[in-house]
Amino acid sequence: MLVCGFQDSSHTHQHTYPHTTLFGEVIGKLTDSMVTFFKDLLEYPFLVNAVLAAVLAAVAAGLTGSLVVVRRSTYLAGAVSHSVLAGLGLARLLQRRFGVQWLTPMGGAALVAVAVALLLARLTARGRHRSDTVLSAVWTGGMALGVSFVAATPGYQDDLMSYLFGSILLVSGSDLLWMAALNAVIIAAMLLCYNRFLAIAFDEGLARLRGVNTALYETVYHLLAALTVVLLVRVTGIVLAVALLTLPAAAAGLLARRLDHMMVLAAAIGIAVGVGGLAVSYTPGLPPGATIVELALAVYLLAALVGRRFARG
Amino acid sequence: MLQTSPAVEVRDVCFAYGDQEVLHNVSFSIARRELVAIVGPNGGGKTTLLRLLLGELQPRFGSVRVFGELPAVSKRRVGYVPQAIPFDPRFPVSVREVVLMGRVAKARLGIFGKADHTAAEEALAKVGMSGFAGRAFAEISGGERQRVMIAQALAGGSEMLFFDEPVANVDSKHASQLYNLFKELTSEGVTVLMVSHNLGVVTVHATQILCVNRTAGLHAIGDLASQTFTEAFGGSLTAIRHDSDCHVLDPSSAMHAPHHGQEPRVRFNKVESTPELGVRS
Repeated sequence: MLVCGFQDSSHTHQHTYPHTTLFGEVIGKLTDSMVTFFKDLLEYPFLVNAVLAAVLAAVAAGLTGSLVVVRRSTYLAGAVSHSVLAGLGLARLLQRRFGVQWLTPMGGAALVAVAVALLLARLTARGRHRSDTVLSAVWTGGMALGVSFVAATPGYQDDLMSYLFGSILLVSGSDLLWMAALNAVIIAAMLLCYNRFLAIAFDEGLARLRGVNTALYETVYHLLAALTVVLLVRVTGIVLAVALLTLPAAAAGLLARRLDHMMVLAAAIGIAVGVGGLAVSYTPGLPPGATIVELALAVYLLAALVGRRFARG
Repeated sequence: MLQTSPAVEVRDVCFAYGDQEVLHNVSFSIARRELVAIVGPNGGGKTTLLRLLLGELQPRFGSVRVFGELPAVSKRRVGYVPQAIPFDPRFPVSVREVVLMGRVAKARLGIFGKADHTAAEEALAKVGMSGFAGRAFAEISGGERQRVMIAQALAGGSEMLFFDEPVANVDSKHASQLYNLFKELTSEGVTVLMVSHNLGVVTVHATQILCVNRTAGLHAIGDLASQTFTEAFGGSLTAIRHDSDCHVLDPSSAMHAPHHGQEPRVRFNKVESTPELGVRS
């Protein structure tokens, strides 16, 4: 299955390593995979699409993920990413059973993500409800609805796995267009709202006293987080989207002293692990979404080891 | 809004949380450029009064005016510096960015311009933190953070500053510097209100004392008497005068004593004369 990699690729340059250790063999195979990937990149448009998708996802995740990390609201991203299964499932059900072709699964995901973001912003404003309870309800409720919609959809659910674990190698030109549009919205909103987001993240009460309309900016923040998650679901899937949103940002947070620097560094780390994950997973047939997340985790652990010393100069 | 209106005017204010009345028939008026210490026992209503002045709470009866306007309207002219700055030591923000937050609602299109940066630099200079603009907020001391938060309020153009226990987390040297700063600010036209438990110190620096214990009474330092504190704290406390100065011996332990007809325990500090604080026994 293409989603899971390139196990039968005829373009690989396989070698055997009879006299090396297992570790050396693994490193050798991964290096071969990267070399093969970059050679094939110019030849196969779908690989270019995958790289562009990884870059677009990394930029959005770097910007929004940094805010999510400093605000300690990763559960918000988890709740949104899991609840979009309801949107994906509903869109598939409407397509197959009722012939509603205009609502694509990703369109359904975006609609549900926006609805969930607005709901969460309203319910959690000024501690109106316990945020962890609301997030758990949205998280599990969305998943339950999604499973029911999928079960009610006639036919074989061949794309369910790609929803759960991503399908970056299947990204089309039209997918790239809406991903680029979402990125433009996220970058523009971040430029205009950055100072107010920073003030609210630092101390919401003081920001309100200084005259910031915190309810409005909280809603914008929730919407940005939701749209970023939708973008990431295409790359790493529902289950792993939170990892790509938070791990590069968390690694950058260990090295940067300012939020804007953290955002740029998180985007750079995201691009590196995104493209690196695609390259490393190419010939061994590893799932690219999972490999990207594993690389991000490795970078985070490395940053945790050396970050403090580096940050303090 | 009139320039001649007092900084704070509270008339016949009653406030209750549910059935529990916290403030009853409170009236007082604070002129501009005063340095007022708000004192009183725990649970006496000091924080509630501050929140009323900030417009975060609404009185059940009576009226509150700040610079002649409703607190919700005047809140941009008022800066609040909390006792404990809720701060994540890993939060990536510089001192300059924290000060600029004071102008965050004024920035056009949400982006700071030259005027905003100039105001931030001036505010930092006023609190003696000019050289710290590029430093990470996490790397400076508690007292320096306090100063940065004051600079934030000043950068926003605050004409009145509220402090909740401003010297609770700083040593005596920095406390003395902060009080001197408050005096400088009042001479420049800023009105300062500070909640404090340390009567022995605030009575040296403040120009007026607002005693809050369900009701409130505003007293000029020259009018302070033992009766003032007896009314505020519900026990027999003593104010002692030395020449022209009034020095209230620190009755902080009394503030935590129950008021069930019991005499509060008054601790007389035997502090040697310290010029920085001006406290003596």
